[in-house]
Amino acid sequence: MRTSSFGRFLSATAISALLLSACSGEAPSTSESPAATDASTVSVGILQSLSGTMAISEITVKNAEMLAIEEINAAGGVLGTQITAIVEDGASDPASFAQKASKLIENSNVVTVFGGWTSASRKAMLPVFERTNNLLWYPVQFEGNECSPNIMYSGAQPNQQILPAFEWAVEAGYQNYFLIGSDYVFPRTANLIVKKHIENKELSLAGEAYVPLGGTDFSGVIAKVQAAKPDIIFNTLNGDSNVAFFKQLKAAGISSAETPIMSFSIGEQEAQAMGPSLVEGSYATWNYFQSLETAENSSFVDAYKAKFGADAAITDPMVHGYLNVYAWKAAAEKAGSFEVDAVREAVVDLEAFSTPMGMVSFANNQSLVQKALIGKLDASGQFEIIADSGDVISPEPYDALTFPGKVCEL
Amino acid sequence: MDSFALISNQIFNGFSVASIFLLAALGLALSFGLMRVINMAHGEMLMLGGYFAFLTMQIIPGGMGLLVALPVAFIGAAATGGLLQTTLISRLAKRPLDTLLATWGVSLILQQASRDIFGAIGVEVQAPTWLDGGIQITEGMFAGVSLPATRLFIIAVAILVLIGLTLIFRHTRIGLLIRAVNQDRMMAAATGIEVKRADLIIFCLGSGIAGLAGVVLAILGPVTPSVGQSYIVPAFLVVVMGGLGSIAGTTIAALMLGLFSALAQIYVDVSMAQVLLLVFVIVFIQFRPQGVIAQKSRALDV
Repeated sequence: MRTSSFGRFLSATAISALLLSACSGEAPSTSESPAATDASTVSVGILQSLSGTMAISEITVKNAEMLAIEEINAAGGVLGTQITAIVEDGASDPASFAQKASKLIENSNVVTVFGGWTSASRKAMLPVFERTNNLLWYPVQFEGNECSPNIMYSGAQPNQQILPAFEWAVEAGYQNYFLIGSDYVFPRTANLIVKKHIENKELSLAGEAYVPLGGTDFSGVIAKVQAAKPDIIFNTLNGDSNVAFFKQLKAAGISSAETPIMSFSIGEQEAQAMGPSLVEGSYATWNYFQSLETAENSSFVDAYKAKFGADAAITDPMVHGYLNVYAWKAAAEKAGSFEVDAVREAVVDLEAFSTPMGMVSFANNQSLVQKALIGKLDASGQFEIIADSGDVISPEPYDALTFPGKVCEL
Repeated sequence: MDSFALISNQIFNGFSVASIFLLAALGLALSFGLMRVINMAHGEMLMLGGYFAFLTMQIIPGGMGLLVALPVAFIGAAATGGLLQTTLISRLAKRPLDTLLATWGVSLILQQASRDIFGAIGVEVQAPTWLDGGIQITEGMFAGVSLPATRLFIIAVAILVLIGLTLIFRHTRIGLLIRAVNQDRMMAAATGIEVKRADLIIFCLGSGIAGLAGVVLAILGPVTPSVGQSYIVPAFLVVVMGGLGSIAGTTIAALMLGLFSALAQIYVDVSMAQVLLLVFVIVFIQFRPQGVIAQKSRALDV
């Protein structure tokens, strides 16, 4: 009789371990420099994860945002006032993001906030920004399907990253697509859109597979890939799962040469952390690559490396974070005020401005008009740019094919 | 490749997943069988194994590195386990809930320590070149089945560990003593067996095997501070299903769960396969609460 109660005790333990592991890995939040709003300074918030699983990616975005603020302050500030940055830690936890956003706006009286990375963090902060009528500058590519007057979406909409990648693949003659992603909102929505377009072009879907965030067992997924023999794999896995996926793919004898992989979450930093030899030869689509050869880009890369170390990898979200600060400055100066509604109206009226990724501007739907670039990873973890969208692409938060009739009206 | 080949492939993958489950669960099963102790820090022994493999491969790169890493990880994890047992668990062993909490604390400390030392993102262990490739069957009824060398290696490690354990338990004096303690702790102590020493040996052995699991995991995926967390839950399920402390039961349960999850993945996503796995274990326990093999031990009658 005792055996079974021990059994029950053990199963209960296993289940509580499962539940508790979901909330471990967080560190207490830290806040730097207290708020100080007097006549000569204006406070802005920077809200990224400085601890937890997303810290590795988000700290670099924080650095890029801080770099822009320092440069602006050194050049005389905005509207004659210096910027004070108040940094808060979102701790890789959506609830912390919401709480810290409300703290920045309501206690520190910041005029705007730069930050966020995961869609979950953005969705958690959205009600806070709408309630207080403040403005969030969001720097990361995402799944679209959202449109708020209180968020400036500078990261790519699906039609600026995933669809250009798809169009490139169609032009290159790939017919049979396999979609692999982590099991959360971005891959699910992105693949929904890709599937509609595959159907529309009368191409075929070899398969679709989702793995829990952080999952490392790809045996089943790879067996399905081997059975389906796709022409190309679209990979929306996030984080550590990518390492396991590429390793097990290699072990199964599937090489990038015969089955190319197009990734949407692997940038320069991730490639270097994973070991470039593992991902060499695979493709990625972003709006910016460190290897972009322009004068603006090389001066940005040099400035970042001078401050944060010569080994630093520069990624797409960092540049979006950096240009967000400059866009806010330009809009505030055009409006002649830091007031949120005035800045919002001014930013969409701005002329195209120069950034490390080229000339960009904000559309009326508060998303960035930008190019898409397709790169192939080389042995050093940098991308060779092999194709681009040609002209800049107007952002479409709602894909017309997938979400017919939905439009973003602000 | 047709669906028959896909199923054959998944059966093979199921064996390799089962091997990892088994290596992760054996230590838990052994220490639970002997001491009724639930070690929540067991997953971190696995993580330590991965980091030991990483360090070894830094010093000895190339083909031999992995073969050296196995004993290094075994000894390193065993030593850590031994330290944990003597300093903490042996003092708390009579209070199961306190042991649970204390070892969970140790688990968090070890995770944070490795995060501080090695960084929050994973470190990379490169599989040696002799593990590249594998066996591709191109003819006959199993045409299209591929057996990657890394997965064959994992299965081989699990089989060797099982053989080693069986030899120790059946043919050595210390194995005899451990079996005696397992059957009746008080009577064994009364006959002069050093019960504490048997506890320590079993704990070291279990932790060492988890260390080996960490090495084989490192060739499949990244070594991260939280790698142990993702395997501790299936390990607990294996122990519960196996019958709490029996090696044969643990092995059968690991095979059942590994094959179940691999075959489920043919029809559903990995996330759904995990849900079905939990449902499977719950249903199984309803019909056979004592597990695959019921352990005959006085310890359970107390």
